[in-house]
Amino acid sequence: MVDVRHVSPKGGDALLMVGTMKGAFLFRSDASRRTWQRGGPYFPGNAVYALAYDGRAGRRRLWAAPENFHFGVVMRSSDDFGKTWSDGETANVRFPEDTGASLKRVWQIAPARAEEPDVLYAGVEPAALFESRDGGKKWSLVRGLWDHPHRPQWQPGGGGMCLHTVLLDPTRRERMHVAVSTAGVYRTDDGGRSWRTAHKGVRAQFLPNKYPEFGQCVHKIARHPSRPDRIYLQNHWGLYRTDDAGDSWTDVANGVPSDFGFGMAVHPHDPDTAYIVPLESDEFRCTPEGRLRVYRTRDAGKSWQPMTRGLPQKDALETVLRDALATDGFEKAGVYFGTRSGKLFASRDGGTSWTRLADGLPPIVCVKTAAVSKARGKAK
Amino acid sequence: MKLTFRIPGPLLSFTGGRHVVEAEAAATEAAVFTVEAALDQLWRLYPGLRDRVLTEQGQVRPHVNVFVGADSIRDTGGLSTPVGDHAEIAIIPAVSGGR
Repeated sequence: MVDVRHVSPKGGDALLMVGTMKGAFLFRSDASRRTWQRGGPYFPGNAVYALAYDGRAGRRRLWAAPENFHFGVVMRSSDDFGKTWSDGETANVRFPEDTGASLKRVWQIAPARAEEPDVLYAGVEPAALFESRDGGKKWSLVRGLWDHPHRPQWQPGGGGMCLHTVLLDPTRRERMHVAVSTAGVYRTDDGGRSWRTAHKGVRAQFLPNKYPEFGQCVHKIARHPSRPDRIYLQNHWGLYRTDDAGDSWTDVANGVPSDFGFGMAVHPHDPDTAYIVPLESDEFRCTPEGRLRVYRTRDAGKSWQPMTRGLPQKDALETVLRDALATDGFEKAGVYFGTRSGKLFASRDGGTSWTRLADGLPPIVCVKTAAVSKARGKAK
Repeated sequence: MKLTFRIPGPLLSFTGGRHVVEAEAAATEAAVFTVEAALDQLWRLYPGLRDRVLTEQGQVRPHVNVFVGADSIRDTGGLSTPVGDHAEIAIIPAVSGGR
């Protein structure tokens, strides 16, 4: 029987949520982020591709989408940091009958803005967006995207036909971006009723037409909260930045050993700073030269520098997947990533130096961060 | 009509720990009593099982097998497979997976 440990975070603590192919884990520290306690595994044996923390409206709620290989996916929540979880009986994210589709995986859970505390979004496979307006009790398909004329022609990437990233514009309530592999970036400016592509200038290396209307294999997009029109993009070959919310993209693969990779994150306070972990190629999806290097730009992609202090630089053939690189919101930024080989690394100085927090976890598929809310009101 | 269901270990939390569930189905006007109708009896007793065994479109999940006696319903007509009195229906996770 698996021995499940628990953590008891307090207000102001740092929380890491780590999803793996065989369960989820929590790591907590005080705001110094020097020492960490580990909780889990939660949902042992289940793949957990999506985790989120909802600290809005007095909540301290974890969301997880445990996926049983045989028996499907149910969205679960916990108001006591994983000690107990909501009912797992009823499949709460369901495709309507007329779609003929069946939920395969939840890739992303995105609580919406603070001023709409009962709204959440979920990106799923087959590629679709779901929305909840009652704090996660009921979920409905966002028809505007499902009915988009491109959608029947989207093709699955190696990870499946997934809508893997949801970015909400913090200043424009009606604007949202989603990223789909393999389709590209789509943007709504009317709260999800209509969508248009937002990946002009992003190259599709693997297609005869290198700049198709859609079909780009976008691995990750990351938006800066204080400058929401700036988004960085890690493509299936290619690194890009937009400063106009996706109307145009600039190639920023300057000084990287490879522009292939999955994970991407932005610094919480500096929109010119972003992080990636380049991989050698789509044929050999491992860190180049057996060196585990996080590349950081501090000039919006004009140049990238390798961050190696504390990271293995010999025989380290590692893979960091699309949702396994994250930053926190603390004043001195924390940066975190997990590998397919089950190693979890943390930096509390903006990526300059690194510490290994865990080794021997199952393959890590997502890493999410939160600062635990201080006040606890009546959650609903 | 008496039915016996065998429930796999990962789903026991939905049946209060019961590996074996006995159910009695009333005779219907339909000419053939099917696996689908039999499973409806099981869902009635333990509703949480339904979404674990079937997709939201009502299909048996791809990595779940349902047997009537020794026969997988994939080979005998799926959910439309006829079921007789005293049938034993087993829900068994496929051996696929192992990630």
